[in-house]
Amino acid sequence: MYILVSIAILVTMVLALVRALLGPTVYDRVLAVNVFGTKTVLLLSVIAFLYGRPDFLDLALAYALINVVGILAVLEFFQDRSRKQQGADND
Amino acid sequence: MIDVVLDVISWVLLALGGACVLIGGIGGLRLPNFYTRIHAASLTDTMATLLIFTGMMLQSGFSLPTMKLFAIMLFLLLTGPTATYALANAALLSGMKPDSGVERDRGASGGVQ
Amino acid sequence: MSQHGEAQLPAVLLLLLVLAVSWVLWSGLYKPLLLGLGVFSCLLSVYMALRMGFFRNQAMMSLLPRLPGYWWWLLREIARSSVEVARIILKPSMPISPTLVELASQADSEAGQVILGNSITLSPGTVTLDLHEGKLLVHCLTRDTARELQAGEVSRRAAALERN
Repeated sequence: MYILVSIAILVTMVLALVRALLGPTVYDRVLAVNVFGTKTVLLLSVIAFLYGRPDFLDLALAYALINVVGILAVLEFFQDRSRKQQGADND
Repeated sequence: MIDVVLDVISWVLLALGGACVLIGGIGGLRLPNFYTRIHAASLTDTMATLLIFTGMMLQSGFSLPTMKLFAIMLFLLLTGPTATYALANAALLSGMKPDSGVERDRGASGGVQ
Repeated sequence: MSQHGEAQLPAVLLLLLVLAVSWVLWSGLYKPLLLGLGVFSCLLSVYMALRMGFFRNQAMMSLLPRLPGYWWWLLREIARSSVEVARIILKPSMPISPTLVELASQADSEAGQVILGNSITLSPGTVTLDLHEGKLLVHCLTRDTARELQAGEVSRRAAALERN
């Protein structure tokens, strides 16, 4: 069962990567990367059970923490840039 | 007896979770523009997370891994909407029009490129 | 909600307890050095939370006991709307009708409004785009979900959460 679930998660990660490559806007790509990140957390937890190694759960938690901070940092960067561009347009 | 019942329930939950993950991934590709794609992403982020983690918690019974799984699930469910809100709000502020309806990627012109 | 409210001792102690328990659960080693590091990092986290003004919000503690009931209701709501969204995605014709809804929050405090916004985002089919002075801008996947949202059950429940 765990194998089936991990295959489903892997397929979705590939689909998210396709969306990240297709775009077309930056936000589509960030959304796809966000989905990819949460799916990584899920995959790590499933792998912990698939191989019977609970230590993988710690990795999953660490990845969950990093993922959120990463997405927020990237968004902050783009938001800043678009505000600056708007400011430049108004001048 | 109760073990078998719990096993079956957790398998069903895991299978449903896998299905949710797949449907969300397909939706992310099929839906026509950014604001509708968020809905597909939120399907995989909430429902799939809930189902898969609950299934695994039933498998491992009352133990330390269950506590860890619960903590990870709670963390994902609390931070997920915040990240999604930040993303949607950033897109809105950048001038991407949310009412572009079912048209395919018309909002693209407003994005940062 | 006052910006300069006193930090509440029970809330501080609760956070300290949660942090300490999670440290002990995750480390699983009981050497003096590691326990000392744990105590240090818990205290540092609480100090940083204090400086951020994490405890200024008075409503926090009083709504904690009512959260499980709200979560249970939200869980059923999420399950229902996910089935709906999954059906829409899988249909070849994809019958979506994206709609924007402006919703006035019935909750007064910031915490209540954030809970409302996050609950809306959490359930598939609805996403909060903007939260500004008690007004929420919500994007819905179909007209039906928009109509349901305007009926206002989420809003009512989120507001009931913080009522004393």
